[in-house]
Amino acid sequence: MTEARDIDILHYCRSQTVRQLMLMVRSPSEVVNPLLFFLLVIVLFPLGLGPDPEQLSVLAPGILWVVALLSNLMICMRLFVDDLEDGSLEQLAMARVPLSIAVLPQLLASWLASGLLLSVVSPLFGLMLGLPLNVAPVLIASLLMGTAIMLLLGAVGAALTVGVQRGGILLALLILPLYVPILIAGTRALNEALQGGDPSIALALLGAGVTGGLVLAPLAIAAGLRVSLEL
Amino acid sequence: MWRIVHQFGSPPWVYRFCDRVIPWLLPITVVALLTGSIWGLLFAPTDYKQGDSYRIIYIHVPAAVVALAGYYVMALAGLVSLVWRVKLADTAMRAAAPIGAAYTAIALITGAIWGKPTWGAWWVWDARITSMLILFFLYVGVIALFEAYENKTVAARACAILSLVGTVNIPIIYKSVDWWYSLHQPASIKFTGSSAIDASMLYPLLGMIITFYALFALLMMLNLKQSLTEEYAQSAWLNKRLTA
Repeated sequence: MTEARDIDILHYCRSQTVRQLMLMVRSPSEVVNPLLFFLLVIVLFPLGLGPDPEQLSVLAPGILWVVALLSNLMICMRLFVDDLEDGSLEQLAMARVPLSIAVLPQLLASWLASGLLLSVVSPLFGLMLGLPLNVAPVLIASLLMGTAIMLLLGAVGAALTVGVQRGGILLALLILPLYVPILIAGTRALNEALQGGDPSIALALLGAGVTGGLVLAPLAIAAGLRVSLEL
Repeated sequence: MWRIVHQFGSPPWVYRFCDRVIPWLLPITVVALLTGSIWGLLFAPTDYKQGDSYRIIYIHVPAAVVALAGYYVMALAGLVSLVWRVKLADTAMRAAAPIGAAYTAIALITGAIWGKPTWGAWWVWDARITSMLILFFLYVGVIALFEAYENKTVAARACAILSLVGTVNIPIIYKSVDWWYSLHQPASIKFTGSSAIDASMLYPLLGMIITFYALFALLMMLNLKQSLTEEYAQSAWLNKRLTA
């Protein structure tokens, strides 16, 4: 019995992450669509505000962050839906690995396919909005951490609304207010970098958010999933 | 000691408790509301800078204070319901949410009305206004989540988790909005009210704050009674109570 009880959690997480990534590779539209959405909404801003590069570069930090927030919302809407429909979420909840840890690989895979990708290509979008290239490191670093917190918080909302009919708009209502601190810290880091200030305070706060979120959010996600499964 | 605590988990006991307290609390609250309003609106001295427009403080500040406290009442009820599975805590949480949302809305609306003569604009992106607006959305989120579930027991647990997540986030949101505001501080706005408030204005204000708490308790009890009547419509104890 002992060998059955001693589950190698790391091994479990590794194989789960690989499985989730395989699922994404096999349906690439789920990875590409949020990025296309990000690009499209960014294109809308110059069309609505006018093409003046100076005005755009002033607004660019806010635009980039709000759009990153919205595309993250789209990812969160799909987060547990497929797993609930095909029953694998129930298997996950009954597995020996605690549910709060069992959801981490999926979050990691989602973040690799969305947050990481988005952060790496974000300087390109920044260039389109007239952001100078020398703020690219700050842009990437702030988005890397910001998307991670947004995904962790969004997953709590997704866990609570996954069983609800038409839960998408409800999810937005639940988690957008919680995104306010991330938006403030992220745009602050960028603005500081743009004006030659010190972005490290804002970046440190985002880092604190990631660590705090990694500790607390999985508990809330697991509790939310159990509610949705009515276990 | 534990018996007293356990009594609060028993619907018949709480129903009877509400029935006993409401006849006392209702007239006291009405009288206090009238006294506080008349005192604040007619007898408190006029502010030398803002004139009579400051008098809306007697509605605005109490509503804002109790709106924030209401969220903690709701979250505490949610915690009790999650940890000890007390069904009555679910009902209490559901009873608190719309009242808290209404208080937040009152604070926002009176703030806008106050802002027009003092700041010259209906809406200013001040740190506290923004925080209150976010608090309003947090309340609305809990109510919307509750409405979304068919099974109300499950809905209450989902709302409990959400309100606890919100509780962890409220201090962070408040701090970050303060921080954001210090970055954007517009110079045209002067906070005349921030100077120490005189006792002749303070006492009616404190009275109104206590009255608004009493009003919150009263509304919550009425709300709780109604929810219990719906929930236990088939129960013998309620039928006995209602026909007696």
